Amino acid sequence: MSEKVNAAQAPKLRKDMTKWQWIRREMNKNKIGYLMVAPYYLVFLTFTVVPVFASLFLSLTQFNMLEPPIFIGVDNYIRLLLDDDIFLLACSNTLIFATMTGPVSYLLCLMFAWFINELTPRIRAVVTLIFYAPSISGQVYLIWQTLFSSDQYGWINGTLMKLGITAGPILWFQDKRYIMTLVIVVALWTSLGTSFLSFIAGFQVVDKSLYEAAAVDGIKNRWQELWYVTLPVMKNQMMFAAIMSITSSFGFGAIVTALCGFPSVDYAAHTIMHHLEDYGGQRWEVGYASAIATILFAIMIGCNLLVNKILSKVGK
Amino acid sequence: MKFKIKRRSFNRSVGGDIGINILLIVFGLFMFLPMVYAISQSLKPLDELWIFPPRFIVRNPSFANFKELFRLMSESWVPFSRYIFNTAFVAAAGTFGHLFFASLAAYAMTKIKFPGRQGMFKLVYYSLMFNSTVSALSNFIIMSMFGWIDTYLSLIIPAFGSTLGFYLMRQFMESTVPDSVLESARLDGAKELLIYWRIVMPMVKPAWLTLIVYSFQGLWNSGTSIYIYSEELKTFNYAIQQILAGGIVRSGAAAAATVIMMLVPVTVFIITQSNIIETMASSGMKD
Repeated sequence: MSEKVNAAQAPKLRKDMTKWQWIRREMNKNKIGYLMVAPYYLVFLTFTVVPVFASLFLSLTQFNMLEPPIFIGVDNYIRLLLDDDIFLLACSNTLIFATMTGPVSYLLCLMFAWFINELTPRIRAVVTLIFYAPSISGQVYLIWQTLFSSDQYGWINGTLMKLGITAGPILWFQDKRYIMTLVIVVALWTSLGTSFLSFIAGFQVVDKSLYEAAAVDGIKNRWQELWYVTLPVMKNQMMFAAIMSITSSFGFGAIVTALCGFPSVDYAAHTIMHHLEDYGGQRWEVGYASAIATILFAIMIGCNLLVNKILSKVGK
Repeated sequence: MKFKIKRRSFNRSVGGDIGINILLIVFGLFMFLPMVYAISQSLKPLDELWIFPPRFIVRNPSFANFKELFRLMSESWVPFSRYIFNTAFVAAAGTFGHLFFASLAAYAMTKIKFPGRQGMFKLVYYSLMFNSTVSALSNFIIMSMFGWIDTYLSLIIPAFGSTLGFYLMRQFMESTVPDSVLESARLDGAKELLIYWRIVMPMVKPAWLTLIVYSFQGLWNSGTSIYIYSEELKTFNYAIQQILAGGIVRSGAAAAATVIMMLVPVTVFIITQSNIIETMASSGMKD
């Protein structure tokens, strides 16, 4: 008797429904879930997702913020790629800059997190702080400008002159030969940020018994241990850190501007970010600037997907 | 003669340990010395800032530069307390809203199995891949459509939807809050909002501390915003930058300002370090 009632009241099983029926039912059952994510996603979509699509659309127009946009197809892109020498220079600078800071900073983060992990907890906390501090200290990177100041009162110039290596002060941040190198060094100095912390945490949660088992299995040194035991366990961490490193390697425009001025001498440190700033923030050619932004966006996403693909091979 | 060396784990050669420590020290100095120089500069009296050959470490430390900085602050056209209020207000409001919105969404996303949640999360995941420079222009247009240009709203509301904080919160909830706890609460008839507030939030304290620190750091270090014109609405960081931009006569005060801007986030990190590391432990990305 009671079994019969249950059978009649029992909800229909998933296999008895079409896919859409089932999704509809789940949606109805979990309405509260949608309500709870709604506030966050409303803001997130408005200020992160919509702007990307808006800029995609604007890149196909001529628009100066005063008159309504005029649709001009891919003219902006043609002008960018064929007619704008400075953009091509900016592209190559950006790529040099990003390949020098992105992967190098990523490896530094991994390497030093690994080294630091060997220290005792108290020293570990102090060393972590020393390595992490430059990335959170706001504009403290301006101290490099003081160190490399172009007069004889800059510590580097002063020391070089005192030792008789150079006769007069070198204009570090105004000389085409030094600008890129110096800016990359400063960028690396500030780059041990979120990825670094993520690695520090990743090393700490690796199950210690894995190492003992590995030693029994014939792992001979710390390098093998890192490659065969630790990194495969930390794979998810590596993915996240890679994304953080790549994204920030395209975001050093402000440091370049602060150190070398805008525009830099002979555009020696001009990046796509600066080109965007130039056309968007100063000339108000919004359509053209949006095309620059779209290309930058494509480069960033492309780099990330490529790196994700490479990282999925770790430990195999 | 054999030394008894206490080894923490297997596979560690003495040569490797020495190499690692040398690398750590060399690179540690590269990271640390500029910071030391920044502090040393701020303590140098003016005559010591401009001597040849320049000294790395200050010889007659004094707080004259800090006094000069405070004097400049008190002379500023908009009272300095206003800049400090702006930074505090924007940081507090933005951080609080972000914490509430992000944790609510993270809870629903990890603990209520509604269709579409994976796709929604993928969207946030992909948006971690580009930085906001690419959307700054269209964001400006959106702000002006809302009429938020030159108001606090343009700084506060977008902070509610920041991606990194939400991402970390979601990952942390997924890996540290067991479903079984929630199940028994649901059987007792507890409503989702109650479970979120009473059970889950106390369990994810490291995550919300991390989120607060990140949000605060972001807002502390952000100087000029393109959305703000009025002097009275600008932040402390902006005001400090104005002093920094004052040229050679202000180099002493500028050095002092740099140190102040640096000490605040570093202190916050020292206090919260262990919680942040705990949160980061679950930051990994699963495919």
